[in-house]
Amino acid sequence: MYKVLLSWRYLKSRYIALASIVSVTLGVATLIVVNSVMAGFTVEMHDRLHGILSDIVVRSQNLNGLPDSEWHMEEIRKVAGDDIEAMTVTVSVPAMINFRDNIRGQWITQPINLIGIDATTYSDVSEFEQHLLHPLNRDQMEFLLRENDYGRGRKGKFPVAGWARRRVAAQWEQRNIADQIENGDVTSNDTALITPPPFELVDDSQTPAGLPVLPDSIDKLPELRGLLDNGPSGVGQQGSLPAVPFQTNDIPQLTFDAATEQHTGIVLGISICSLRGRDAQGDLMDYYFALPGDDVKITFPNTGQPPKAVSDSFTIVDFYESEMSEYDSSFAFVPLSKLQNLRGMIAAETGVASVSAIQIKLRAGVDLNMVRDRLQMRFPLQQFGYQIQTWRDMQGPLLSAVQLETTILNILLFLIIAVAGFGILATFFMIVVEKTRDVGILKSLGAPSRGVMSIFLGYGLSLGIAGSLAGLVLGLLFVDQINVVAGWIEKVTGQEVFDPTVYYFSEIPVVVNPLTCMWVVIGAVGIAVFASVLPARKAAKLHPVEALRYE
Amino acid sequence: MSSAYKLPETKITLGAQQSQFDQAAAPVVMRAAGLMKSYRKGQVEIPVLNGVDFEVSEGEFQAIVGTSGSGKSTLLHLLATLDQPDGGEIFFQGNRIDNLPAKSRDILRNRYIGMVFQFYHLLPELSALENVLMPLMIRYGFTKYMLRRRKNRQRAKELLDKVGLSHRLKHRPRELSGGEMQRVAIARSLIADPQLLLADEPTGNLDRQAGDEIMEIFRDLNREQGLTVVMVTHDDVIAEQADRTIHLVEGRVQTR
Repeated sequence: MYKVLLSWRYLKSRYIALASIVSVTLGVATLIVVNSVMAGFTVEMHDRLHGILSDIVVRSQNLNGLPDSEWHMEEIRKVAGDDIEAMTVTVSVPAMINFRDNIRGQWITQPINLIGIDATTYSDVSEFEQHLLHPLNRDQMEFLLRENDYGRGRKGKFPVAGWARRRVAAQWEQRNIADQIENGDVTSNDTALITPPPFELVDDSQTPAGLPVLPDSIDKLPELRGLLDNGPSGVGQQGSLPAVPFQTNDIPQLTFDAATEQHTGIVLGISICSLRGRDAQGDLMDYYFALPGDDVKITFPNTGQPPKAVSDSFTIVDFYESEMSEYDSSFAFVPLSKLQNLRGMIAAETGVASVSAIQIKLRAGVDLNMVRDRLQMRFPLQQFGYQIQTWRDMQGPLLSAVQLETTILNILLFLIIAVAGFGILATFFMIVVEKTRDVGILKSLGAPSRGVMSIFLGYGLSLGIAGSLAGLVLGLLFVDQINVVAGWIEKVTGQEVFDPTVYYFSEIPVVVNPLTCMWVVIGAVGIAVFASVLPARKAAKLHPVEALRYE
Repeated sequence: MSSAYKLPETKITLGAQQSQFDQAAAPVVMRAAGLMKSYRKGQVEIPVLNGVDFEVSEGEFQAIVGTSGSGKSTLLHLLATLDQPDGGEIFFQGNRIDNLPAKSRDILRNRYIGMVFQFYHLLPELSALENVLMPLMIRYGFTKYMLRRRKNRQRAKELLDKVGLSHRLKHRPRELSGGEMQRVAIARSLIADPQLLLADEPTGNLDRQAGDEIMEIFRDLNREQGLTVVMVTHDDVIAEQADRTIHLVEGRVQTR
């Protein structure tokens, strides 16, 4: 009884103890905030890293790939059949993409990772579809150009794309050719030299669903001026244009009509042909070199020995935006059969097409590494030469770097609480010295040493509990309001805490892990109690006669 | 404890009839034989008690008188089992107590021997009432104390009333005068109904008037309730109020 009473009274009458509480509070709050933000980052990053990757990939390093995908899939099912949710085959080759900057007219070349996928099954193994721009493609992906609406539902502005763009662009081109032939700049056989059409980019993001605002013909373009945000203003030729009836083609054409036809579709990572930057006002803006509806040229190796370069034209049918810059700036997806065909991967005699990788999605909760190890046993490296990796393995260095960072940060922050612990230790020694006479009195009244000790232990415990609970509340409040706080910091310092041109998110992701919070609180209370053990023992060991003489 | 609780009540009548204490008739409460105690100061060993014999009977009011440094306080601490002698034996109600384990000595101090000090030794964070209740708080665990809380507080209030402090229940020690603090300390020493009260210069820090009031209380306790009191003092005038006085000189008892 007296232990509780005295602990409480000492707590109430010693304001120095408040300093210890505050240091514990700050330590706990910091740990919780940092852990939540780090967990938020990690979860966000895992999501993005995993985004368009499947759980496990069995990849052949051979250019010819896996010769018989059916047999391999059968074997994989035998090994891990119960754990597999879906499987698909892909062909991936390093490739080069060429496209024309639709404003400056220059050709741009970039290295890409070209992946042939089966549109229906690929989204079963990854979240590929969810990252596509066009709302319809997000439901069911097709390698066909859509009419419009690419920017619908997107946060930022997005120019008019799709058929709406393709038709107008084709019209521009035809008019340009006509103009330049008329002017005698080029001959009609020499159309490749023609400068590209400077084409307006119209914001499509605010378009109401299903009602595409698109210019049916080039004549209507000026009316859309008001909507224009991106790109340079158009040239002053629109008014003098002859109306070209491009929608109706009665005569079957042998030549490719860009206004009504598309090449094989290709889905590009959004960063392959766009840049993110700031406009004159400092607002965030995207600059697109090419858009869905534009044609690109892809060059990649075939399966010849030695391989030769193969080129073909593709029409961009959609972008995907996984918000993982590594993926967004390198992956391009084309139909599997087309790629197999172009690369000569279909055996002439049997008609069996080889693939370069098998992508596997496992059921939720299945241990990836275990399945990977089983597959590695089934397909030994020496015999098959397959690379079998989980998505974590592919991003191993990055993930382990973040893990290391979190661990080190936690150790450092726990040292803060340890410092608070030493503060408690020092404060308690002071209090014990100050209370020496009280200890003598209590002992003379028959209080056992243990009881005296538990007064000070209880004191430390209540300091620890009060401090960590306050820290828990403070930390959780901070985490809850972190974006507001970041906003204030931005206002005060004039600097953005998270630059969206660098980070893909505008809000700081946070994940509060109750278990982590619990451990932090337990740790802090533990340190407070531990710090009070020495002073409490000192108090308990005091000799009553000497303690009573103490003045 | 119930028998110890009843003990003083039977003696109220006894004490009222007997104005003069009859030493031969009363049983011995505490006895000490050949007590030795010395303190170390660096390398030198300073003897404080050199074989002190001591005896106090039930209902007796005994004074130990000595100059400062004569070892009278040390003797009292040994009797209260706050310290342990280097040699000799102490008996309380016939049982040897100087060699008991710490736990038993704690219980002894808590229940059977009350103490009053020169500097009052109240706990500054607690009110007068809480200070008086402290021995009971130490004796009982949390739940057990709470169960008999009302009874305990009633008893503490009675005691404070007896020493004339019923208007000072909620006051902290620093809000009380020296005499008032000493009266709180006396009430605290009585709450456990001890069989022996040890007082270490209880008036040493008080002016004449306050000292007399305190002595009055001790005398009343001794006469009306038959409480055995052993008081250490350096003041012969105060010692004269006791039934018996022993003189301590250089760690030995001098009988006059």
